[in-house]
Amino acid sequence: MEWETVIGLEIHAQLNTVSKIFSGAPTAYGAEPNRQACPVDLGMPGVLPVLNKGAVERAVMLGLAINAEITPRSVFARKNYFYPDLPKGYQISQFELPIVGLGHLDIELEDGSIKRIGVTRAHLEEDAGKSLHEGFEAMTGIDLNRAGTPLIEIVSEPELRSAKEAVAYMKKLHSLVRYLDICDGNMQEGSFRCDANVSVRPKDQAEFGTRAELKNLNSFRFVERAINFEVERQIDLIEGGGSVVQETRLYDPDRDETRSMRSKEEANDYRYFPDPDLLPLVVDSAFIETVREKLPELPDAKRARFVEQYGLSDYDAGVLTATREMGDFYEAVAAGCDAPKLAANWVMGEFSAALNRSEVELGEAPVNAEGLAGLIARIQDETISGKIAKEVFEAMWNGEGDADVVIEAKGLKQITDTGAIDTIIDEVMANNPQQLEQYRSGKDKLFGFFVGQVMKATQGKANPAQVNERLKAKLDS
Amino acid sequence: MAQETLSGWVRKLQAREVSSRELTQLYLDRIERLDPQLNSFITVTAEQALAQADAADARLAKGEQSPLLGVPIAQKDIFCTEGVRTSCGSRMLDPFVSPYNATVVERMSADGAVMLGKTNMDEFAMGSSNETSFFGPVRNPWDTERVPGGSSGGSAAAVGARLVPGATGTDTGGSIRQPAAFCGITGLKPTYGRVSRYGMIAFASSLDQGGPMAATAEDCGLMLNSMAGFDERDSTSVERPAEDFTAGLNQELKGLRIGLPTEFFGEAGLDERVRGVIDAAIEVLKGRGAEVREVALPNSHLSVPAYYVVAPAECSSNLARFDGVRYGYRCENPEDLMDLYTRSRGEGFGDEVKRRIMVGTYVLSAGYYDAYYLKAQKVRRIIADDFRCAFEDVDVLLAPTTPELPFALGAKADPVSMYLSDIYTIAANLAGLPAMSLPAGEIDGLPVGLQLIGNYFDEARLLGVAHQYQQETDWHARVPAAFA
Repeated sequence: MEWETVIGLEIHAQLNTVSKIFSGAPTAYGAEPNRQACPVDLGMPGVLPVLNKGAVERAVMLGLAINAEITPRSVFARKNYFYPDLPKGYQISQFELPIVGLGHLDIELEDGSIKRIGVTRAHLEEDAGKSLHEGFEAMTGIDLNRAGTPLIEIVSEPELRSAKEAVAYMKKLHSLVRYLDICDGNMQEGSFRCDANVSVRPKDQAEFGTRAELKNLNSFRFVERAINFEVERQIDLIEGGGSVVQETRLYDPDRDETRSMRSKEEANDYRYFPDPDLLPLVVDSAFIETVREKLPELPDAKRARFVEQYGLSDYDAGVLTATREMGDFYEAVAAGCDAPKLAANWVMGEFSAALNRSEVELGEAPVNAEGLAGLIARIQDETISGKIAKEVFEAMWNGEGDADVVIEAKGLKQITDTGAIDTIIDEVMANNPQQLEQYRSGKDKLFGFFVGQVMKATQGKANPAQVNERLKAKLDS
Repeated sequence: MAQETLSGWVRKLQAREVSSRELTQLYLDRIERLDPQLNSFITVTAEQALAQADAADARLAKGEQSPLLGVPIAQKDIFCTEGVRTSCGSRMLDPFVSPYNATVVERMSADGAVMLGKTNMDEFAMGSSNETSFFGPVRNPWDTERVPGGSSGGSAAAVGARLVPGATGTDTGGSIRQPAAFCGITGLKPTYGRVSRYGMIAFASSLDQGGPMAATAEDCGLMLNSMAGFDERDSTSVERPAEDFTAGLNQELKGLRIGLPTEFFGEAGLDERVRGVIDAAIEVLKGRGAEVREVALPNSHLSVPAYYVVAPAECSSNLARFDGVRYGYRCENPEDLMDLYTRSRGEGFGDEVKRRIMVGTYVLSAGYYDAYYLKAQKVRRIIADDFRCAFEDVDVLLAPTTPELPFALGAKADPVSMYLSDIYTIAANLAGLPAMSLPAGEIDGLPVGLQLIGNYFDEARLLGVAHQYQQETDWHARVPAAFA
């Protein structure tokens, strides 16, 4: 039987506000445990939440970026459950009326076609603290620094049909939140997290199969592997005569498998009700317009502009706009060298390869946009060849100075003086009489030998086109 | 000398006829001598009070005229006080010392009030007799075999016995007004949102409101001037221009339209003698020019049932934070997390609190939410609409505060009969309206309270009506003989 996979993603993105969603405590990552938790975050008796306007602004930004309806009057609710890292015994979240309603996101499939994925909703909520299980001798430590960090939970429609589509959607959203500068996107620190609802059904069946919710998918790779594992597990189960039960499953990256965490019967009854400590959140059109004015150029628009403005291929434009930083970097390089296509090749080629090799982020690269533009300008004005440029780039990456400094220090300037080239050719011809004779007696293939000798004598600095032209003239005369 | 009212002391302090230290010492002595009969204080902060008194005297010496400067007061033990135990009447918070001050505490302290201590209360403000306190029941100063009412029973008894000139209370379903009535004092529950709830330990967040309790309406006005005001730390606090709640005290009653809600007089259970006292009070107000007419609040019979859905629902969630993990009571040697939760909460909470947590958890559960919680919220709206209609025709509503006289300790073992003690007070909380109780008579040596309910933000008018009444009567000035 042929099976179809149905996936919906719930993505939690931490919003990069300075202070927490309901208190004035700072949100910075990595402080000593419990140093960034004020009485409100600690759930002290008598404390009350006050909504952070910055979190609302960021949520509205996301809503506008995915063409969603912004709910004029949304409501914060309490999600009640007991857990030691949940200080109040409830999480303040949005339930029936989320701030962001129905929207959509376009993803690119492997065949290059575009698929529109519906976003059901996005709502604001507070993060919980962390339970620390190591170093407490069979006890558990609680760190409430993260408690109260603003989150936006973005829920997709069950419209993703493969692990690859799920990853494409997740990457697109990841790029978007960073473009909007509402989330730092750091998946290792948990700033961008994903749960996946996965089910399978016979290809021609309209109803959805029973789904499992996969947790702990904190990298793109894990999302893909966990979904693939889970799809196979469900198909094997059904084909073996069994049936899928609705449950929450935890992905274990070490063993590359999903394991049951709790079934539907064991699931919490969260007893949601509107939080009486917070008034309904009213977002009027004036507020929405002020947020709209702050929206940066979004990835799809930037990609189209790159094709238009710089004459790049759609593919190259897509690569260069994958992150806001990369797009900005490319534009700075292009502006600095007036050779947009060459700039694109360099940014995507040597430069990206060097980033990967050195495992550094764009912002920490030893060669900045201005430096790279300077190098490309030297190729453009024929001071150096493209081949020599790679050598110069290596030196620049190793901190030996900008392009001109390296070219000067290493004497890499291209030889374009016809007289100088002629002199070298004459020397090569004089030093290789045997080959010269063979060539002249009809062994044309030896032309390459002479080119090699000339380039060797100039350490590759001679302008290759000129070498060809002059050599041909002299050999054939 | 202790019979002087809070506003009387304010005048004497400002005139430098008495020092704050003398006054503070006077009341600390009374507490030490007389409170063993009442148990109205959980914590007395004598040393801190004298230090505050000295600071107030220094400010007075400079000619400062802050309204409560140097006046001794007490805080209900539901308000968080930095560095001082804040128990909320519960074993759960018996060991809890708050790291911060409630806004009310902060405001009163900034105005120079001297805190003598923290008053006893029903556990987490859940009760109408002060018998649910972990620290033992409070006794009524008019008859120590009777209850002082609740949940602000400690504040009411302390003011009634003049162990302190004024105290704070909180009112979720009548917890200021009913004990004020039982102890023969004046108490005001302001409009929801008037007084910040920040640092006031939550029972039912959409109903809770702090307010003043003192001998007279004027005292309450002075206290409210300090307590009320917008607080950016409380999202439900209302932003309005500052108001002087004593400004309307001398407003004549001529032309004032008073409404008598038929339903508050006709219901079975209203003690005929209480009704007689209320009728006499109406005559006094009429004599000063007020016009009286009957009005209908046709859905008021739904108040108690709606309240006992909404309040437990909110309390079940509000009290979830008391889990033995971060502060407060923790059971001995927990075996695992579930054991820590169940025993800490099982041992830390009393029966009435547990009862309400269970009811609240039930009404919020999947499958029951619509039938109970949502329905109760709709009832709230209907009740508020009834009041809105009534206030189209009248300026204030007048009714008994309680259907009966202070009852004997232990007399109401059945929770529902206890709940019915608040039958006349709950509606104002559901609608968020200001309401007050003032002493209007005595039966068999026990005080009777008269309730006034006002339109939103109409506290100044309520206090004015009460003050006018107190110009012609002396019920508010009476002190139980044993404490005179």
